[in-house]
Amino acid sequence: MNRPCLIEASDISVTFGQRPVLQHVSVKVHEGEVVTLIGPNGAGKTTLVRIMLGLVKPQSGHVQRRDGLRIGYMPQKLHIEPTLPITVRRFLELARHAGKTPIDDVLEEVRIGHLLDQQMRAISGGEMQRVLLARALTQAPQLLVLDEPAQGVDVSGQAELYELINEIRTRHRCGVLMISHDLHLVMARTDEVICLNHHICCHGRPEQVSIDPSFLALFGRKEAESLAIYTHRHNHHHDLTGHIVESRHE
Amino acid sequence: MNDFIVRALAAGLLIAAISGLLGSFVVWRRMSYFGDTLAHSSLLGIAFGILLDVNLQLAVITSALLFAAMLLLLQRNKTIATDTLLGILSHSTLAFGLLILALSNTVQVNLAGYLFGDLLTVSMTDILWILACSIVTSIVLLRFWNGFLTITVHEELALVEGVAVERLKALLVMLIALLIAVSMKIVGVLLITALLIIPPAAARKLARTPEQMALGASVIGCIAVSGGLLMSWEWDTPAGPSVVVTACSVFLLLTLVQSLRGESAQ
Repeated sequence: MNRPCLIEASDISVTFGQRPVLQHVSVKVHEGEVVTLIGPNGAGKTTLVRIMLGLVKPQSGHVQRRDGLRIGYMPQKLHIEPTLPITVRRFLELARHAGKTPIDDVLEEVRIGHLLDQQMRAISGGEMQRVLLARALTQAPQLLVLDEPAQGVDVSGQAELYELINEIRTRHRCGVLMISHDLHLVMARTDEVICLNHHICCHGRPEQVSIDPSFLALFGRKEAESLAIYTHRHNHHHDLTGHIVESRHE
Repeated sequence: MNDFIVRALAAGLLIAAISGLLGSFVVWRRMSYFGDTLAHSSLLGIAFGILLDVNLQLAVITSALLFAAMLLLLQRNKTIATDTLLGILSHSTLAFGLLILALSNTVQVNLAGYLFGDLLTVSMTDILWILACSIVTSIVLLRFWNGFLTITVHEELALVEGVAVERLKALLVMLIALLIAVSMKIVGVLLITALLIIPPAAARKLARTPEQMALGASVIGCIAVSGGLLMSWEWDTPAGPSVVVTACSVFLLLTLVQSLRGESAQ
């Protein structure tokens, strides 16, 4: 891949108490690339993302960002103090550098204009995710970091949200680092899957990972099939028994 | 009207106005125990001030700022839960303060005054201290309002967006420490947190924006001070508790109004 690297975490290790959470993990995101982190609960996915964002310090290893990298971060959940009255508009305006991307453009993009004067406490889960996405966009991001973006969103809303994320990515040509359990929705557009369970079990293009024994061991055949089925990249074919074989010419 | 009541009113209103603004952050950031601890530790400041025979106001301000800095540092390396840490410090500083005061038999100390406040003995010097603190606090708040709000709404988003979160947090805590230090003599160690918490909590019921809540809290604080002083004047009740009781009444009244409104809306 010749695209320049946006952010690189090298050889990250973290222990919480006695429990090793991440062991020698390295991740890279290039310009315009979609990297999806998958793995069981408690595998250290969120911790890894938080380290890359600079919110947690790793015990060893380091994170290198391109100079002046602008990151749009969408946390898994946003807790707003019930005692704090604040409208959606104000929440978006409070973003630093909010002047860079006009709020109206951002609203147009994520289609939440009608929510502007609502209280943050009063909007639904799906609306909240859009507001968070809007806040990320105020940064005019070169890298979007999404921690389970579709959490708390109903099924029909999930597909819509991922579609929206994809539109944004194409329009802004930003790299994406994402944690997601919705493999069937995200894999078709993922360039690199990283399967994490404290260490990197396997990584590569979705269709490669889906046949990796360590992936199968973690997720079982069903998930693997959804990986394989939903990646509409026909750069592989199947042998007589149905197993996927790598294509020679990509 | 007598001079002392005018001075009490001036001091009280200034403190209430600033408490409303800073108190809103205390409520939003769940720092009420933090405020309590700072207030208790300032009694230790008084005690040291008396021991070392230095200006008490300066001693309290210095100790409050030092304690605030220490709390910030201790919170950062999370070896014990924050509320446990605050609980330990809050009560032991109060106890140490009381011990030192009891052992230093050189001066007669109006202990009840420091614990419960003495609005009616406010001197011109006290008012000047409070005025200076109010001016400094207002300027800093005006300058950094949005920054304080950004880190309060969501600290991690602010951090990722490149906001100097730790510095703003420290600044906010120092402002609160300063307010507590200059007002402890007026409203007392045990009641200052009440003035920081109750007016914002009451204002929350009517507010739609953070600014409405903060300014509303200032107004409610001023009502509480005026009402409390009136009570004290009429029935000779202790001033500090009278102020708090008035604030609490406003809170209850607004809660009632809100629940009635909620019913009629349905």
